[in-house]
Amino acid sequence: MSYIFNVQQIVNGLQLGSIYALIALGYTMVYGIVRLINFAHGDFYMLGAYAAYGAFYLFNSFISVKSGAFAFLILLAAMAAGGGIALLTNRFAYRPLRYKPKLSALITAIGVSMFLEYFFSALPMIGPSPRAFPEILPKKLYHIGGAAGAEISNYVIIDISVAAVLMTGLTLLIQKTALGKAMRAVSEDKDAARLMGIDIEKVIAWTFLIGGAFAGAAGLLAGLTYPRIQPYMGMMPGLKAFIAAVLGGIGNIPGAVLGAYIMGLAETFASAYNSLLGEGIAFAILILVLIIRPTGILGEKTADKI
Amino acid sequence: MSMAHKPRFLIAALVFYAAVEGFSRIGLLNGYFMVIINESLIYVILAVSLNLINGITGQFSLGHMGFAAVGAYTSGAITTIAFRLSPDRPLDYSIFVLSLVAGGLLAALVGFLIGFPSLRLKGDYLGIVTLGFGEIIRTALNNMDFVGGPRGLLGIPKFSSFTLIFAAALISVIIIRNLVESSHGRAMLAVRENELAAELVGIDTTKYKVLAFSTGAFFAGIAGGLLAHLLQMAHPSQFGFMGSVLILIMVYAGGIGSLSGSILAAFVLTFLSQGLLLGIDALANATGLSIGSEWRMVIYSVLLILLMLFKTEGLMGTREFRLLRIPEEEK
Repeated sequence: MSYIFNVQQIVNGLQLGSIYALIALGYTMVYGIVRLINFAHGDFYMLGAYAAYGAFYLFNSFISVKSGAFAFLILLAAMAAGGGIALLTNRFAYRPLRYKPKLSALITAIGVSMFLEYFFSALPMIGPSPRAFPEILPKKLYHIGGAAGAEISNYVIIDISVAAVLMTGLTLLIQKTALGKAMRAVSEDKDAARLMGIDIEKVIAWTFLIGGAFAGAAGLLAGLTYPRIQPYMGMMPGLKAFIAAVLGGIGNIPGAVLGAYIMGLAETFASAYNSLLGEGIAFAILILVLIIRPTGILGEKTADKI
Repeated sequence: MSMAHKPRFLIAALVFYAAVEGFSRIGLLNGYFMVIINESLIYVILAVSLNLINGITGQFSLGHMGFAAVGAYTSGAITTIAFRLSPDRPLDYSIFVLSLVAGGLLAALVGFLIGFPSLRLKGDYLGIVTLGFGEIIRTALNNMDFVGGPRGLLGIPKFSSFTLIFAAALISVIIIRNLVESSHGRAMLAVRENELAAELVGIDTTKYKVLAFSTGAFFAGIAGGLLAHLLQMAHPSQFGFMGSVLILIMVYAGGIGSLSGSILAAFVLTFLSQGLLLGIDALANATGLSIGSEWRMVIYSVLLILLMLFKTEGLMGTREFRLLRIPEEEK
């Protein structure tokens, strides 16, 4: 047991959880506001990783020092790509279906996801085969805690702190700004919010932009941590982040973060124990949660309206 | 019931069978075409059985290929073992039919178990749980060494002929059509339209949801068995999320709740998919450019999005072909 539940595994779990958290936030925000499982969200994450890859080689040609500012520019590129594609998807694929049956929007989301994955593998400059993600910052290893301790790289610190900063920013945005207030209002009651003069479509567009940007940032962090990117990379993390959002209570922002860290830790521990368990644990957790407590850990129970 | 009076659908189906079989005998349809027709017919079974769950009963299953996987591996394993036990004697078709039924029954059992969460969950949540079940089945198959694990189950004897696949598809469609037209089917429609109201008029909603899941799963298991004996292999990657999504697309593109739509879409989309492949090959040869086969799926997904945007209710809406309808006076 001791070598499964050791410090190293906890660190790895938190690192994976940070990436899941950034993806799960977008899922949960979009679900909270438009009640749509955005299947293409995992592909926004993939686009973020490719945008970071492209930005690295673009900037690398005229900036030679790999500094923090250099990495920050790449982060911005990844977030812009994720947010931009999310905005476009919302405008052209989801908005026309807003008042149509919900499941047709879901099928459209699956269509968008397929389109992004196959389009990127069909593009000659990207292609279906995996690519090695560059070292954006020089990797350093620190050893902590003596003999039973763990190796921690600066990437772990970057992953966790980028996620923490973005999540704090989001919390402030939602709690303190007018836009955040509008978002909360729309997710509470769309019609009442419209009657109060809130431009619903604008709020939805902002939600997609922020959610997509977070997924883009997660793509960069994933590329940095697991340096192999490919056009289909978004599918599984997307699903798992979605499950994390359900686990925490979909539509609930602290819930998504909590669910993502539980998921990251559970997956890391389970993989250390047995690889089959590692692959299946996410779905096993999901099924248990939905059978025992379908609203998730932090979700509120709602009664069916008749 | 009505089949005895006016078997119009049966006659139309037999004309189709005779035409395809005849054309194939005189060489107008080559082997390649026959494979596409066989695949289309297997997709007919998959799409119609998923429509029973999603369209008729209004549940949301995203893991239909998981049931097909159970059927494919069960029947594939049975015939492969039987083949190994007596390699000299040619196998007769009764073993194959028995293995198909066994696969269907095991899939139905899995469907029965998966039906239970549907008692508590609705809509998207149910979709995600069924997706999870599908992925668990795939992961489990990937790790079961006695059925080949990640290599897949290979060397399955080739049993699926056009005649058998056609017969299976015809029987499946007729059984599901008759189920939908029966009082059980009406109860399923009531569950879809308003579950609470259905319960208030005394319909056992639990029973009908579980019935829809296990019946749908049974036919998906049969289809899986047919597919395994057509391709002579079963591989975990065939039965993943994308596979389930392709069936789901057929149901929605055809028109949710319309069995005719599912049949039509199964043929149209299977042929479209192959046609795009040939078209891209031809274009690549004609222009001398290297065009990846991924473009096929790009076009396919764009068509899907456009269909959903501009014809949300699908090709057939909720209408049925006249052939498939049971006329009012005969009920």
